[in-house]
Parts: sequence; C-alpha cells; structure tokens
Amino acid sequence: MKTTVSAEVVVLLAGLLFALGIVGVIIRKNIIFMLLSVEIMLNASGLAFVAAGSRWGQPDGQVMFVFILAMAAAEVSIGLALILQIYHQHKSLDIDNLKEMNG
Amino acid sequence: MMLVLLITVLMVGAVAAVVAGEWNRYLPRWIALLASAAGLLLVTLLWANTSPHSVTDGQWLMDFRKEWIPSFGITFHLAVDGLSLLLLALTFFLGVLAVLCSWDEIRERTGFYYFNLLWILAGVAGVFMAMDMFLFYFFWEVMLIPMYFLIGIWGSENRVYAAYKFFIFTQASGLLMFLAILGLYFIHGRDTGIYTFGYFELIETVIPFKTAFWLMSGFMIAFAVKLPVFPFHTWLPDAHGEAPTAGSLILAGLLLKTGAYGMLRFVVPMFPEVVTDVAVPAMVLGVAGIVYGAVMAYSQTDLKRLVAFTSVSHMGFVITGIFALNELALQGVVMQLVTHALSTGALFLMAGMIKERLHTRDIGQMGGLWGPMPQMGTIGLVFAMASLGLPGLGNFVAEFLILLGVFQAQPWITVAAASGLIFSAVYSLRIVGKIFLGPRRTMEAVPDFSFREMLIMAALTVSVVWLGLFPQPVINTARPAITELIRFMDVHSAASHHQSYVK
Amino acid sequence: MDKYLWLIPALPLGGFLILALAGKQLSRSSVAIVGAGSICLSALVTFVVGGAFLAGMPANAVYTQTLWTWFEVGAFSAKITLSLDVLSLLFIFVITFIGALIHIYSTAFMEADRDYARFFASMNLFVFSMLVLVLADNLLLMYLGWEGVGLCSYLLIGFWYEQQANGNAARKAFTVTRIGDAAMAIGLFMVFQQAGTLVMSDIGANASTIWQPNSTVVTVTALLLLAGGLGKSAQLPLQTWLPDAMAGPSPVSALIHAATMVTAGVYLVARMHAIFALSETARLVIAVIGAATLLLAGLTALTQYDIKRVLAYSTISQIGYMFLALGVGAWTAAIFHFMVHAFFKALLFLAAGTIIESLHHEHNMFKMGGLKDKMPVVFWTFLAGALSLAAVPLISAGFYSKDQILWYSWTANGGSPVLWMVALSGALITAAYTTRMMILTFWGEAHTPVGHLPGRRITMPLIVLAVFSIFAGFVELPHNFGHFTLFSDLLHPVLPETVMRAEIPSEWLFQLLAALATLGGVFLGYHYYYQQPARLESLRRNAMLASLHRFWFLGWGFDALYDRLLVKPFIFISKINKSDVTDRLYTGIAAATGEMYKLLSRTQSGSLRWYIMGLVVGAILILGIQIML
Repeated sequence: MKTTVSAEVVVLLAGLLFALGIVGVIIRKNIIFMLLSVEIMLNASGLAFVAAGSRWGQPDGQVMFVFILAMAAAEVSIGLALILQIYHQHKSLDIDNLKEMNG
Repeated sequence: MMLVLLITVLMVGAVAAVVAGEWNRYLPRWIALLASAAGLLLVTLLWANTSPHSVTDGQWLMDFRKEWIPSFGITFHLAVDGLSLLLLALTFFLGVLAVLCSWDEIRERTGFYYFNLLWILAGVAGVFMAMDMFLFYFFWEVMLIPMYFLIGIWGSENRVYAAYKFFIFTQASGLLMFLAILGLYFIHGRDTGIYTFGYFELIETVIPFKTAFWLMSGFMIAFAVKLPVFPFHTWLPDAHGEAPTAGSLILAGLLLKTGAYGMLRFVVPMFPEVVTDVAVPAMVLGVAGIVYGAVMAYSQTDLKRLVAFTSVSHMGFVITGIFALNELALQGVVMQLVTHALSTGALFLMAGMIKERLHTRDIGQMGGLWGPMPQMGTIGLVFAMASLGLPGLGNFVAEFLILLGVFQAQPWITVAAASGLIFSAVYSLRIVGKIFLGPRRTMEAVPDFSFREMLIMAALTVSVVWLGLFPQPVINTARPAITELIRFMDVHSAASHHQSYVK
Repeated sequence: MDKYLWLIPALPLGGFLILALAGKQLSRSSVAIVGAGSICLSALVTFVVGGAFLAGMPANAVYTQTLWTWFEVGAFSAKITLSLDVLSLLFIFVITFIGALIHIYSTAFMEADRDYARFFASMNLFVFSMLVLVLADNLLLMYLGWEGVGLCSYLLIGFWYEQQANGNAARKAFTVTRIGDAAMAIGLFMVFQQAGTLVMSDIGANASTIWQPNSTVVTVTALLLLAGGLGKSAQLPLQTWLPDAMAGPSPVSALIHAATMVTAGVYLVARMHAIFALSETARLVIAVIGAATLLLAGLTALTQYDIKRVLAYSTISQIGYMFLALGVGAWTAAIFHFMVHAFFKALLFLAAGTIIESLHHEHNMFKMGGLKDKMPVVFWTFLAGALSLAAVPLISAGFYSKDQILWYSWTANGGSPVLWMVALSGALITAAYTTRMMILTFWGEAHTPVGHLPGRRITMPLIVLAVFSIFAGFVELPHNFGHFTLFSDLLHPVLPETVMRAEIPSEWLFQLLAALATLGGVFLGYHYYYQQPARLESLRRNAMLASLHRFWFLGWGFDALYDRLLVKPFIFISKINKSDVTDRLYTGIAAATGEMYKLLSRTQSGSLRWYIMGLVVGAILILGIQIML
C-alpha cells in the first residue's frame, strides 16, 4: 500500500530543520559548524520547495531544489576556501576572533 | 547669446587654467586674468548697449532661452534686467580683482585654484541670470563646491573646519530651498496642468497662504543663510577668516549678494502676501543683525573675523531694507549690495596684504603701521570711513536710502537701525586705530603697496568715491526692476485679498 | 558772481587733493604755499563774492549755484547746490579769514613736524567740509559737510598718532559726535516725511504750514536736530570729547575746536530757526542746556591747570552762551557772539600754542609765569583776547556780544530771570578763570625758561586777531548807546527779530550789573592769584572745598558716568560673546550628531554572531508585524 506523506508534515519537517539550522548558526562558535548549519537551512528550504511542488503537482518545486543545490555547492566551495584562509591567518576557527571590521 | 557667452568664457577659461597648470605654474593666472577680463569687457558692452533703453523699454534687457529637459519642464533660460546687470558687472569686476590679488599669494596647485575661482564666478553669474528654477538651483550648487575647495585647500590654519561649516550650512539650506522649488513645481502643475520650472510661469501661481508660508520659508532659509541673517550667520566669520584673500573677496563681495538677489528676485514676487505678513519680524531680525554684528565686531582680535562681522552688520541693513518694501529702501538695498561689495572687499584685500607682510591676522600684534605704509593707511582709512557710512562715499547713499525708506514703513525700527550708525563708527575706528595708529609693535620690514596692489586698491577707491558722488547711474539702471517689483507686489497682494474676500 | 560760489569750497578741496596725492614729493615751502595759499585764495574769493553780494543784494537775498544732482529716488531728490545768504556769508567769512590766518600760523608752527604735508592736507579737507556745511542749501549736503568735519577732526586730533592717547581722544571725539549725528539723521528722516523735501529754504518758508505749532511731531523733530548740534558743539550731555581733543596741535584746536566746527550746532539751529520757532519745548530745552553748560563748563575751567584745557572748557562755556541766546529767541545775538568768540578764542589758542612751544611743551600754567616781559607780543595779544573773553566793559568786543546775550536772557520772550542769573554768574566765573589764566601764565616768577621766540608768521596772525577781538564788537552797539545795529540789520533777511517781553526793565541797569560781574570776577582772580595766594592755600585745605574742586576738575563726573554706563558694559558684552553664543546652536547640532554616531557605531561590533542575531530578530519582528496587521 502506498502511503502518501501529506505536504503539511513535510513542510513542518522543513521548518523544524530550518529552525535547527538557525539555532545552529547563532549558537555555534566554530565556523565550520556554522557553515554546516547554513547547509542544513538551505536543505530545509529545498525540502519545503519539493513538498510544495508535490502538493501542487508542478515540476517547479523540483526545479527550485536543483537551483538551491547548485547554489549551495558553489557557496560551500567558496566558504570553505575562505575558512581555510581564515585558519591560515588566525590559527583558530573561533568566529569571535574575527572582530576587526568594527566601529 | 551674449549671456551664455558670459558664463562659458569663465568655464572654458577654468578648464584651460587647470590643464595649463599641469605644465606651467604661472600660466593659469594669466589665463584666469584673460577670462575674467574678457567677461568684464562683455558686461561693459552689454551695459553700454542697453542703458539708453533701460528706462523706457520695460524691465528686461536681454533674454536667452532654449529647451533643456522638456519632459520635466526645465529650460535653459537666462535673462538680465537692471538689477542683475549691476550685479553681473560687480561679479566680473571683483573677479578680475580676485585674480589679481591671488597673483603672488597662491603657490601650490595654481591650475586647480584658478579653476575653482572661475567656476565660482561662473556659478555666481549664472545665479544672477537664471530664469528657470532648476537652472537657478544648478548654479547655486555650482557656486558652492569650488568655494569649499578654495577654503579647504588654500585657506589658513583652521581651514578644514571652516570649509566644512560653510559647506554644510549652505548645502543644507540649499536643499530646503530645493524642496520648496519642487513644492512650487508640483502645486503649479497640479493647478494648471503644466509642469514647469520656469520663473515667469511660477510667479503667477496662486498659492494658499499656509502653503505659501512654508514654501517661502524654504526659499528664505537658503537666502537667509547666504545673506546672512542674524541667527544663521555663524558660518561667515569662520569661512571669511580662514579663506584665502581672493576667497574672502568673492565670498563677501558676491556670494552674500546672491542671497539678497534671491530674496529680491524670488521671495518677494513669488509670495507677496506672506512677505507683507512677515515684513516686521524680518525687519526686526535685520536690526538684530545690525546690532549683533557690530557688537561682535568690536571684540574680535582676528582682523578677518572682525571684517566678517561688519559684513553681518551691513547685511542686516539689506534685509531690513528689502522688507520695507518701498522704492526708497529697495534702491538703497541695491546701492548697498554694490558698495558693500566694494568697500568690504577692499578691507578683506587689505587684511590679506597685511597678512602677507606680518604673517598674522591678530590686530594685537599690529599698530603704528601708518608710518611705514602711508598709502595703505590712507586707503584703509577711506574704506573704514566707507564702512561707517561717511557721506561722499557710496555706502552713505545706500544706508541713507535704506533708513529713509524704512522710516516710511516703520519709524521705530529705523531708530533701532540708526544705532548701527554709532556702532559702525566704533568698530571702524577700532580697525584704523589698532592697525595704523599707536606705537609699532613689531619691527618687521613692511613694504607699502606694490604696483599691482596699488592698481587694485585704486580701482576700488575710485569706484567707491565715484558711487558716493554720482550714484544716479546705478539708481537709474536698477529703477525699472524695482518699480516693476513694487507694482507686481501691489497687484498680487490686492488680487489675493480679493480672492480671500470671495471665499 | 554766484557763478564763482563753487570756488570757495573747491580751492581748499584742490589743496587737499594735491597734498594728499603728491604731498610727500613736494618741498616744505611748496606744501606751505599750497596748504595756506588755498585758504587765502578762498578767503579772497569770499571777499569778492561777499562784497558783490552785499553791494547788489539779489532778489531774495540769496545766491545759489547748483552743481549736479546728487541722487534722486522716487519722491526724494538731493542736489549738490550751494546757497549764499547773509548768515552763511558771515560763517564763510569767519571760516576762510580766520582759517587763512591759522594756516599761515601753522606754516611756521608745524615747521619741524615730519608729517607737514599730511597736516595741511587734513586742514584743507576740514576747511572744505566746513564750507560745504555752511554753504549747503539742503540738509543732506549739510550732513555731508557735517560728517566731513567730524572725520577731519578725528584725523587732526589724532595727528601725532604714535601716542596711543591721541588716537583715543580722536576716537572719543568721533564717537560722541556720532551719537548726535545719528539722532540728527533720524531728525532728517522726520523732516523729509513731513516736508517732502530737505531743501532748507523751502522748509523754512513753509514750516508753519507743514507743522502744527507745539505739536509732538515738531518738538521731536526739533530735538533730534538739536541733538546733532549738541554733539558737534560739545554741549551737555555730549560735551565730554572737547577737553580731550586738546591732544591735537594748537592750530587744530584754534580752527576746529574754537572757531568753526564747534559752532556748527549754532549754525544748524540758526538756519532751521523756523522749526525751532514752532516748538516752545524745544526752545526751552536749548536755553536750559545752554545755561547749564555755560555754568558747568565755567566752573570746571576754574579748576584746570593745563592752559589748553582751560580754553577748551571756556569754549564749551561760551558756546553755551550762544545756545542760551538761540533758546530764548535772540538769534542775531547768538551769531554775533559766535563771530566775536571765533576771533578771540582762535587768538587765545594760537597764543597758547606759541607759549607751549616756547616753553618746551609745557602745558601746566603753574609751571609758567613771568612771560609778560619775556614774550611781549604774545602777552599783549593774549591780553586782548582775554579782555574779550572776560567781556571787560566797553573796550573789548566780547563785552558787546555777551552783554547782548545777558540782556536778552531776561528780556526776550523765552527768557527768564533764572536764565539771566545763571548767565550773569557765568560771566563772573569767566572773568575769574580768565584772570587766573593770565596771572599764572604771564606774571610772577618764571618757572620754566623761555626757548626760542616766535617769528613773524606766528605773531602777525596773532596781532590781526587781537585787533578784531577788540574792534569787532563795535558793529553792534547796545540800544541805549545809540542805534548802531549794523550787525543785526545785516542779518535781518535771514534771522527774525527777537521777540521781547511785555515789560522790559532798564537796559542801563543790566549793563551795570554785567560790568560789575565781570569786574568782580577779575578782582577775584587778581585777589586769589596775585594779591594773596596764601588765602588759596587755606581754601585748599578745606576738605569739602577740595572735594568740590576735584569734582569740578573731573568735568562733573560725566566721563566717569559714561564710562560706567555705556563704555564698560559694551566692552564687557562684546568680550564675553567673542566666540559667538549663537554658534553654540550649530556646534550643538554637530556635537549631537557626533554623539549619535558614537552610539550607533557600537552596533558595528564586527562580531558576525551579533549580526546574525540581528538579522534573525529583525526577520521575526517583521514577519510578526505582517501577520498581526
């Protein structure tokens, strides 16, 4: 028997994941973990798009998810490159050390 | 065409100067002299060609109009009447003197300096000729930025503060004026369906009193800061004090007059009802300026700041005269604009010359300079006497006409303003006494006038004495504009009164 | 002949221009010739034009010459027009004639001075301005001359500018007279508003139709015009500048501060008598001021030890007599006294100058003495002037003019016994201080040795002036001496007859009393300074008298009063506001902006986590508001 998951539940899951992602970004001090949390937020929003696409029967949801995937990949590669550079300069991955652009 | 030529000659000369400055340090000043002298020649030709007609043919002497941005209703419209002709002549005359007095004083970046100088003059000339509100605002801003550079780069010790202060005061008030212009634009457009910035169209706009008050305030704030009117004057001492000599000359001689011109050309004809309503408070502010400026002038120890405060005092006479709204006072105002530019300009030039010799502006370190510099002493005395309104010099005619006119309107305000006569004697004699009389305080060698300086001061002295004894040509040139202004005011005040009755 | 009217002021103006522009290049003698010559020529032209005027009296007793239109706006028109009538003729005669004598004197007196050309340039400019003042046909041109003489007075008082005190005295003179001038300007505005013109003859002719007699308007107008006169003529309350003006060279004191500029006020009131005639209050004020001034100044003159200051206060006092005469309506008497006073006061100042020079700049009379034999010419001429000043009966010109004023101060319609008493006491005091001055200077032992004696260029003017000081009075004899009233007849076209009271006491009695007052004063001076100087010592030791003496010496405290009331507060306010209190508003705005900047820049902490927090909280808030609204 095919069990269809209702869109509302999936969106709920997406929302929860998003919230988890936000909390992770805010709370975490390690840059890599912040990046991971951002990834979780991105994937959560992608999930929400897929769920909506399935709900309305449109392929647009899947299309948007592919967009998000591509964008996330690009962003992660640049982000990791930046993190490497930061580690090289500050010898630590603590985000509280990066306070120079203040005042 | 000649009108556009007046402005372009200056602008082209400016660009040529800054380009030439890259190769040769001395070339820009010659180019600047050439450009401003050419402009002076053009204006003289203009005056000579138009003066026989000025009395009979109506107000406007020359006109130039071209569409600029039709979709917004902006035209490139220049026009000259007696009032603007006088001020244009003053502009170019002082322009030549400004170039001459910066001859030796400016040594670094001379190309850029003369560029700024000529652009200021172009802006001033444009302000006096613009008949489109957008164009007027454009030239208003053109005057501003080169002046900021002039003060900020070639000024004295506190120049950056003074330049900033000047800029912010003038810019902020200018922006309020722009809002008022836009307001006028939209009201006119809404009422007549034609959206235009043209002066001749906008002065016909009928504006309800409340809105008119705010619009007038927008204009007035810009002109009040420029003139300057009493509480808005504090930028003046700093700007005048720290600017280079030519900067002070142009500031006192021309920029201040643009404020008065704006009031006469825009505020009074566009908002006649409101103007009549606020006339008395405005005159009171004028008297406050007269007294305040004079009292302040007395205690200053920096010569240029002292002369700057005397400017505040003299301009108090101007605004009191404008708001008396009768022919005597308005003619006096026109005379005051011309003669004050000459006499205060001369005092600033003298201060600059003394600074070049003694390297200080502190009058406490001056004294007894009549001995080594009798020529400067005599000329200084002449202009101090002009400042206090000695009959036989131009400023007397101006102040007398203003006071006589104000007396017809408000006798008690005249009594208060006449105290300015006493105070002006106090500060003028202080200037002469502290600089030229008494024992010598420094024993530096102080040469008297060089040939170039003598030329400049002689030109100014002759002008001020000539205007004192033969002021009638100036009065005649301005007469059509003044009578037209009064007639316009009477017609429109009466018309609006009718309207309010009908409502 | 009226075509040559312009030459009279033009010649001194020409002299000024030549000396101002080229003075440094010319030799001493050239400067002297130009400087003194221009005035002499002007005097010559005055004689010729004046003679022609008197001989063939023109239509309305006036010569006019319009030079050009000064300026004209709307209903207002001012022309440069010179007009000569008998009154101005008298004044220009005094100005050019005495002026010429003083200039000749100065060519020798100022010989050693470095700034010879500047002196004569300023003196010529002064004579020009004064001539314009009295020849002007309208009030505005007169105002030009009025201010012009003020300027020249400033230049000449502060002539030796290296001493700070001289510059201060010059500044004081200019400022105090400016106060009067500002009031006069307002008076001019009122006149124009009422009369529609500033031409003096038109105003005079139509005065009774323009103004209501004794209305507030005409009284205020008259008082404002008077204020200008009070300033220039150094009368109460604007008299404080004249004693300090003695810092200038003696010829300056003689010309400006004795004979001419200080009489400008008298000229003004006489010229505008039509306005003053319409206001009883104004006339009363003039008379009272005149009387008060003559008394105050006389008493002060009695205490001074600087010979020039005695003469200065004496001038203030004598002009007080002129104002008193004007106030009671004795117009011609005032002008008569002006003319006589010009002669003897100029003489006294010139002689005093010579004495001071010969005694190596000694001004203190108590250090002079014994000059009677050492400087005989100066002595005899000074005596002539002193006799006139003291109004010694019958033999001096001063007697005839002062006696007339004394007579009218009671018997004229505006006169009163009180005024007469004051004037009489003034005469006694005048005689007293004059005698004191003579005795201290010329008799007794010589405290200071005499240097070089004056040459001919100095003594000749003194002698001429001395002759006039004695004989000039004979042009107008009192009524009980015979009806020789040449002077008042001459002035008849211009000045009205003095209106007398109904009951007039005997003129002989008055003359006797006047003579007694003079002789009494002379005796007092003689007694205390020559006969028994010891009695003076005992008076000095009296504490009350000493403090009174001190009070009078300080000019009745006016200087101190003005200093405390006007000068110090002005300087105080000016100084505490030096950095401009209104600027605080704008620097306040700038400071507030700075504070806000500091506050807001704290949000730029640089910490990424705070930024994220901000984003999230902001997003939640906006979404929340969206959902709610």
